[in-house]
Amino acid sequence: MSSATPNQALIGSRWFKYASPATFYPLAGTLAPWFAVLSLLLFGLGLYISFFVAPTDAQQGEAYRIIFIHVPAAWMSMVIYLAMAFWAGLGLAFHTRLSGMMASALAPSGALFTVIALWTGAFWGKPTWGAWWVWDARLTSELLLLFLYLGFMALQAAIEDPRRADRAGALLALVGVVNIPIIYFSVQWWNTLHQGASVSFTRAPSMAMTMLEGMMVMSLACWAYVFAVVLWRVRKIILIRERNSDWVRQLQQKGVL
Amino acid sequence: MKPRHRRMMLIVAAVGTFSVAVILVLFAFQKNLVFFFTPSQVMAHEAPQGRPFRVGGMVTTGSLKRLADGVSVQFSVTDTAQTMNVLYKGVLPDLFKEGKGVVVEGALQGEAFVASQVLAKHDENYMPPEAADALKKAQETNARATQTLAPLAKP
Repeated sequence: MSSATPNQALIGSRWFKYASPATFYPLAGTLAPWFAVLSLLLFGLGLYISFFVAPTDAQQGEAYRIIFIHVPAAWMSMVIYLAMAFWAGLGLAFHTRLSGMMASALAPSGALFTVIALWTGAFWGKPTWGAWWVWDARLTSELLLLFLYLGFMALQAAIEDPRRADRAGALLALVGVVNIPIIYFSVQWWNTLHQGASVSFTRAPSMAMTMLEGMMVMSLACWAYVFAVVLWRVRKIILIRERNSDWVRQLQQKGVL
Repeated sequence: MKPRHRRMMLIVAAVGTFSVAVILVLFAFQKNLVFFFTPSQVMAHEAPQGRPFRVGGMVTTGSLKRLADGVSVQFSVTDTAQTMNVLYKGVLPDLFKEGKGVVVEGALQGEAFVASQVLAKHDENYMPPEAADALKKAQETNARATQTLAPLAKP
């Protein structure tokens, strides 16, 4: 019989199997510790390179070393937003339950990395530029990103029904996507105090190799951290939202929870 | 088309349209988003009149002078086409150097720009001091070679 409903077709394909919270929950539980360990190892290696291997900068001296946390954090703040908007959009289009949960799980990590990027940026700006903060296009658009994350979380928290909260949050997340290319290209489009990108898709990086390695290892460490934390967070969200479902009750009866 | 595909198309179209709209608005406001003006723009009277603004460029090599009072400095900012004199009373940031980028905030008083804040603008190049030295030496060698060869190049 070829009269499978769209939903059956979705579950039938192997890829979409994990779109179901019941199957994703144990998978996330298995993966999260591995990412946590990987993240710890990478942070160890990355910090070692950052502090002991990478040379002093000719122009800025030791102050430049804040780049090893500042740039990875700023990259993460943008990548996480794109991921959050992707899941939110997917949930809006396909009404898949897990998508909204993924978006909610990503938001706090995104906000955290935005705060780190802004904070370390201030610490870097004071000794090099001579100011904690300036209202140039790069800094202002990054601050706007923080407000988008906070707005997303506040909006979701303000709406009782999770499905409606997901839809409202998704709209905000999707509207905010336009801010990401603005952050990224602000240093090219406008006169800014913030310098241009040292690492970009279009040309060779303008930094010494060991410095670049340190920054890349720190970035990978941040990625691994985000995977671990978001997988753990989404497990909690799944349990809260699916608390009345059979599979959660079965877990409770087995004493797993 | 299935409803969920139609919803996805609608979302993609809506986000796309909205993004284009925002980017067009931003480009329309280009002037207001500018953090600093170049000396050429100031000379062409493109900078705002009667309110403080910022000027950005390179500190002209050999232009930095400390004034008699000991705390004021004078230097000129250039974008290679035009040069402006700047007066500033206060502490200069560590990265302030001749031949390097700078952004100064203040207002024009006659010919000179009186700055209330001086910000160092550094570039996106990071390298160890040895590499910077090597680069500088290579540039000097190049310059010397050009000078030596210049008379020969004349017909």
